[in-house]
Amino acid sequence: MSDVSTPWWRDPRVRPVIGACVTLGFAVGVFAVSFGVSAVSAGASVLQACTMSLLVFTGASQFSAVSVIGSGGSASAAFGGAAVLAARNGVYGLAMAPHLTGRLGTRLIAAQLTIDESTAMSAAQDDEHHRRIAFWITGLSVYVFWNVGTLIGALLGTAIDPETFGLDAAFPCGFVAILWPLLRQRRPAMAAAVGAVVCLALIPFVPVGVPILCATVGILVGVPAETAPNEAVVA
Amino acid sequence: MSWTFVLVLSATAYAFKVLGLVVVGDRTLPPVLDRCLALIPAALVAAIVVKDTFSAGQHLHLDERALGVGVAMVAAWRKLPLIVVIVLGAATTALVRALT
Repeated sequence: MSDVSTPWWRDPRVRPVIGACVTLGFAVGVFAVSFGVSAVSAGASVLQACTMSLLVFTGASQFSAVSVIGSGGSASAAFGGAAVLAARNGVYGLAMAPHLTGRLGTRLIAAQLTIDESTAMSAAQDDEHHRRIAFWITGLSVYVFWNVGTLIGALLGTAIDPETFGLDAAFPCGFVAILWPLLRQRRPAMAAAVGAVVCLALIPFVPVGVPILCATVGILVGVPAETAPNEAVVA
Repeated sequence: MSWTFVLVLSATAYAFKVLGLVVVGDRTLPPVLDRCLALIPAALVAAIVVKDTFSAGQHLHLDERALGVGVAMVAAWRKLPLIVVIVLGAATTALVRALT
């Protein structure tokens, strides 16, 4: 435990958490450069690309929107796909709400930062204090790096192929690293297995984005009581 | 790309984000819901990993990414730092892609 005079960010148990959160933000920022490039080549202005990153701020939706428009799709098709991908942040909100109590204003800001990275990084921590810190530091660092990266990409505008550098694999690799500690416990491991299988099974049959929403059924492994089955009857 | 599109998508994305936080809000949930909601990140993040590794759009697709993610799994198991896991995974993918 740190004493009162030590600020929380100096706490030796908190420092590695902050380091990992900022690192993740930086990695996501590299990806944002390729979003900036894709957006401008799909016909968005630099200002529009940056506005999307500031306001939409959910990478999968943004990439999907510019790729549909860039390949000549209608605005409504682009919107539909992007909205389905954005819906999972609503599910993350359900998971994060118990950890993001406080003033309404604070929660409205937290909402904008409720994305894959902040939720995953928060879930990987094992105490309440660290969960909040991980959510906020990851959310804010991704926000800063994502927007700086978008601006750089939009200004560069020249196509760099992210696949040449294996950047398309960087996201799943980062999430593997974040998810791994969670899988040491039985329930999260089962939820992850169900989520992964459901998603994989649905990919060929339903529109992009829907399989991830359907993976939410994995949480049903949490329904049975954790300890003795007769406990609920006694209570 | 029209400004209407940008702003409507912004509003929609934010509405989804707020929705989850507001629906649960400050209220105390029954233990069964608490247990289930706590499993959301594990279920969804695992889904994102398999989606990003094994699919291209609406098709299942096995390519160099699977090797990169395999290397990342070993690195995560060895408890290497996050940035090392990401760099090893991306570099493996890039290398195999360059060689094949």
